[in-house]
Amino acid sequence: MTLRRLPFSPWHLVLAPLALLFAAPLIWLFLTSFMSNAQINQFPPTIIPDALHLTGYDYVLSNGLFPRWFLNSAIVSAAAVASNLVLCSLAAYAFARMRFRGSNVVFGLMLTTLVIPFQLTMIPTFLIMKELGLIDSLGALIVPGLVSAFGIFLLRQFFVSLPRELEEAARIDGCSRLTVLVKIVLPLARPALTTLAVLTFLTVWNDLTWPLIAISSDENYTLQLGLTTFQGQHRTEWAAVMAGDVLTTLPVLIAFLLAQRTFIQSLTSSAVKG
Amino acid sequence: MAAAAPVAPPARRAAAAPAPSWRRRVFGEHPSAWLFILPSTLLILGFNFLPMAWAFLLSLQRSDLVTPAEWIGLDNYRALLRDPTFGDAVQHTLVYTALFVPLSVIGGLAIALMLNRRIRFIGVYRTLVFVPFIMSAAAQGVLFSFILDPQYGLANAALDGVGIARQGFLQDPGQALYVLVGIGLWGGLGFCVIVFLAALQDIPRELLEAASIDGARRWATLRKIVLPSLRPVTIFLLVWQTFQALQLFDLVYATSRGGPLGATTVVVYYVYEQAFQFFHAGYGSAAAYVLALAIFALGGTQLAVRALRRRRAVA
Repeated sequence: MTLRRLPFSPWHLVLAPLALLFAAPLIWLFLTSFMSNAQINQFPPTIIPDALHLTGYDYVLSNGLFPRWFLNSAIVSAAAVASNLVLCSLAAYAFARMRFRGSNVVFGLMLTTLVIPFQLTMIPTFLIMKELGLIDSLGALIVPGLVSAFGIFLLRQFFVSLPRELEEAARIDGCSRLTVLVKIVLPLARPALTTLAVLTFLTVWNDLTWPLIAISSDENYTLQLGLTTFQGQHRTEWAAVMAGDVLTTLPVLIAFLLAQRTFIQSLTSSAVKG
Repeated sequence: MAAAAPVAPPARRAAAAPAPSWRRRVFGEHPSAWLFILPSTLLILGFNFLPMAWAFLLSLQRSDLVTPAEWIGLDNYRALLRDPTFGDAVQHTLVYTALFVPLSVIGGLAIALMLNRRIRFIGVYRTLVFVPFIMSAAAQGVLFSFILDPQYGLANAALDGVGIARQGFLQDPGQALYVLVGIGLWGGLGFCVIVFLAALQDIPRELLEAASIDGARRWATLRKIVLPSLRPVTIFLLVWQTFQALQLFDLVYATSRGGPLGATTVVVYYVYEQAFQFFHAGYGSAAAYVLALAIFALGGTQLAVRALRRRRAVA
């Protein structure tokens, strides 16, 4: 076999093009965001920016509502992450360690909600938010996502796997349940909490359906909603659209790369073992 | 379900504390637990079961959310059966699902098998394959609208380069749905890959080593040991990807908005149009229920299969 004589594994010959196939659209996105509109409209297209043009970024950041949308997305995501960390921890700890009437029934009901598709509940959720006077405000985007059944499930699985001894010792020393949770359990549960935070951030930041339904005035748009509208209105401003696309994706990319190892491990372990 | 079993306080403890408080008797050993779960319970059940029941009531009404609703029984469902646009939407959803699910699961398995080896840069390869998954459907849609733009797009320029006729892609009614499958695969394969990779790394080394001592050929090891141990995870992925495919919406909204000529109007897009553009809340709810029933049936089947397998494993 001639392949054997290669100075590297022959698998690179398959895997490198494959990985490039997945990466190419993203690389292209990144490159075009630094081109001028003139270069983008050239035919045939060129791959490398002829100079480092920041006109696209300049356009989205100085014109229109783009920075506002970015801020809206950040507020909604931060609220969802903070509230999920608190509420899911509390509930998951109760389900993992405390015995109380109805725990199995409530936990079971929560798990069943995981198969309820959003498009079934979105029309009444819109009506509920309208009754609460929250429609077309960031509140409408925050309230339904304050806590998630999957988050509770994820944390409960993790809490159950922790050794009980430390907690019991603290209980004997007279610590309340809440103190035990905050002082002992949560510091041990850092990987699970990181995963929950990243997952919540990704879901909320990336969502398009619910903001599309709940928000009508453009100053309350999230980034995803703004981006799709922006693209419709600025068909010829490709550099700006691509710059907007980069700015929309960058936060989740950073969050993912920072937490990659923990995130993939806990996500897959709940799929593989759950 | 053994719902009641762990709840009763142990008898010994009841004897030690002569008069267990009424609260303990009503709420169980740790009544304060309810304070821990109350906010989550109200929010999760309130934003799921209440809307679910409400949607069902809406589906029995003629309702535009403004004028008073009128009860019309199952008329909305009957009308759906005769509505050719809804029929098309169901068909588009089924075509998308029938392509996306097997391609993403089989493709994910193939890629995971290739990535399951210790060579240089393997971490980079894995990350690159997975990264599109974290990009939002909106951002993916905007990016691919650009790449696939019939006039300016890179895709047609590449086709020109190799002498193939230019394509309409998302603007060609005959292609748009298949193009969406392609974009969906680009963004969704990574998830299948990492789940399969995790499962592959869970296969005990001894099992594979034993096979290689027996002189089993690679293909035989794959068929007799690797694939069978991946069965649970494959079933999970098949169900999960089907859920995703049936609920396709964001990508459609960000690229083709159901067009051209309705070619990519999938069921959820149809629900969205009916409810939030034509204000047919009752009719839209009925359409949503039809899809939801399909999803519940699928989820129920999976749970039943799982329970059956567990029982067999115990026996």
